[in-house]
Amino acid sequence: MSSTLKVPTMAEFMAEGKQPEVLFWVGCMGSFDDRAKKVTKAFVRLLNRANVEFAVLGTEESCTGDPAKRAGNEFLFQMQAVTNIEVLNAYEIKKIVTACPHCFNTIKNEYPGLGGNYQVMHHTQFLKSLLDEGRLTIEGGQFKGKRITFHDPCYLGRANDVYEAPRDLIRKLDAELVEMKSCKSRGLCCGAGGAQMFKDAEPGTKEINVARTEQAIDVKPQIIAAGCPFCNTMMTDGVKAKDKESEIQVMDIAELIANAQDL
Amino acid sequence: MNYIPNILFAIALFIGIGYFAKNVKKLIRNIQLGHDVDVSDNTSQRWKNMAMIAMGQSKMVKRPIAGFLHIIVYVGFIIINIEVLEIIIDGLVGTHRIFSGIGPLYGVLIGAFEVLALLVFISVIIFWIRRNVVKIKRFWANEMTSWPKSDANYILYIEMVLMLLFLVMNATDLQFQNMNNGNVISQFITPLFSGLSESTIHSVERTAWWLHILGILGFLNYLYFSKHLHILLAFPNTYYGKVKPKGELDNLEAVTNEVKMMMDPNVDPFAAQPETTEVPAKFGASDVQDLNWVQLLNAYTCTECGRCTSECPANQTGKKLSPRKIMMDTRDRLEEVGRNIDTNNGVFKEDGKQLLDDYITREELWACTTCNACVEACPVSIDPLSIIMDMRRYLVMEQSAAPMELNTMMTNVENNGAPWPYNQMDRLNWKNE
Repeated sequence: MSSTLKVPTMAEFMAEGKQPEVLFWVGCMGSFDDRAKKVTKAFVRLLNRANVEFAVLGTEESCTGDPAKRAGNEFLFQMQAVTNIEVLNAYEIKKIVTACPHCFNTIKNEYPGLGGNYQVMHHTQFLKSLLDEGRLTIEGGQFKGKRITFHDPCYLGRANDVYEAPRDLIRKLDAELVEMKSCKSRGLCCGAGGAQMFKDAEPGTKEINVARTEQAIDVKPQIIAAGCPFCNTMMTDGVKAKDKESEIQVMDIAELIANAQDL
Repeated sequence: MNYIPNILFAIALFIGIGYFAKNVKKLIRNIQLGHDVDVSDNTSQRWKNMAMIAMGQSKMVKRPIAGFLHIIVYVGFIIINIEVLEIIIDGLVGTHRIFSGIGPLYGVLIGAFEVLALLVFISVIIFWIRRNVVKIKRFWANEMTSWPKSDANYILYIEMVLMLLFLVMNATDLQFQNMNNGNVISQFITPLFSGLSESTIHSVERTAWWLHILGILGFLNYLYFSKHLHILLAFPNTYYGKVKPKGELDNLEAVTNEVKMMMDPNVDPFAAQPETTEVPAKFGASDVQDLNWVQLLNAYTCTECGRCTSECPANQTGKKLSPRKIMMDTRDRLEEVGRNIDTNNGVFKEDGKQLLDDYITREELWACTTCNACVEACPVSIDPLSIIMDMRRYLVMEQSAAPMELNTMMTNVENNGAPWPYNQMDRLNWKNE
């Protein structure tokens, strides 16, 4: 690990009378979940490395309302949305990047109707743009030649038609990108969406995350790449359930890129 | 001259089209039971969707075998129906093959029809085998018993018979065979009748001709009672289908108004309620009338192919949820409501039933991961997810009937801005960990 993380808040930017280039929306998983926090930090290390002037809302950030909305609680969703939009608009935020496809989808698609209009990017899209602009270089490092399969998050892929940015980044690692039987627009859900993350599944014959992990195992990857903290958890649990922890790692794309450069 | 056949034909045509028109009116009435929704946006994208998805079958071919066979049947039916125009004119006026006067082109047309008829016949047989012999899983799901199962097979039988009648009609039309212009397939069927007298062959031809046109009129009227309605409704349905990103759920306007009022510091919380006789809007849907008309059109358009269900992660892992069943239940309930209105002089009489619980169970609704696989899979832009979401909204906002764990999650979001009981003030702690 290199030097300490630079994570300025919007309040600090405001105090200096400056605007950041982009707001990093960390999300609840990225803020509180032990596994997702590692992804958050990896992404911050990349932002620091590329000298991106970014800020976080910190304690002023609150749940986007996605799980409430998908559970059917439109009231709670809109309360959350309107509160968040007030904060974002007060800071005159124009551009937002997030490592959570659920936050990405909600802010990008459902906030405009409630008065929140921002350019919203998933962190894989943002990293891709840094790469294209020459602000970030990607080396394969330890991942050179590794077999990596990418699990499409529903809220990034099908929901918003983003399929290539994460794949382009994996290819840049000189890794061998292999596709599962169900991928891209036909990608199989990890089982966490629609607020399922917070409840037990209905009776059935199998857990969805296990079914998806089996599809991944079929293509014999060394790494399952994720682009969503919920998928990350579900796939990690799936790999554990199939006793494959010693062979298969589940890693976010930001972690792959940061680790490849020993950041 | 004997006008009786012409008169009989005119009567058959009148009844056939008239009864169908009557049912179409009912269909439109039923669809309009749904509440209004603005679909005036993105007109050019909507036309494009209709052209690509319905006319161009772009989603059908995602599964190449079924897609290819379906295109044959689809193209076959559209093109062969040009022949129906000739039949109708002949039937009404008493002519015989009125278009044959156009010369060699007539042979090209009829030849194409005959080839297509044969291809359709073969395709339909393969469809039947896939359904009944190979027993492809999606055709044998729980909801595909009794009527839905028979309906699917009846459609295939009717199509086989219609194609056969068309070919037999041409084969036994000796005048047409003698022209030797366009009888590319039927010439091989003609020898089967060689032992019969000319007048018998003529009777066979007349019978095939009549059965063919009566069959078409019958099939037209069968549509209203069948999943086969998709041949008509796929077009408007793809036009009115979702044009926003799949991940975008609508923000309920009734809720927005209330939330804005709650958040507005200038609102006097002690102000008297404005006097209004308006019934407060119901949040979400518990019955078909609570859905919007596009969702009801979706239900009538569904042809129960089951691609949605076969892609559904919940269904694949043995849960009760089947997006196809959501659509079938919606249509069944809508038709029940429609019949209720018909028998009660145009007014719906409370029947103690509703879409929720009597058709769609809560267990099905809560099994959905909102992954949009069903929406993506549908070849005609049906959105089962939107119905699931509206019913969840009813359960949560009208009945407070969410699963307990979700209530915990929502309480946390409400109290501390995260789905877990972590303090919002700790949101940046990761920075220093």
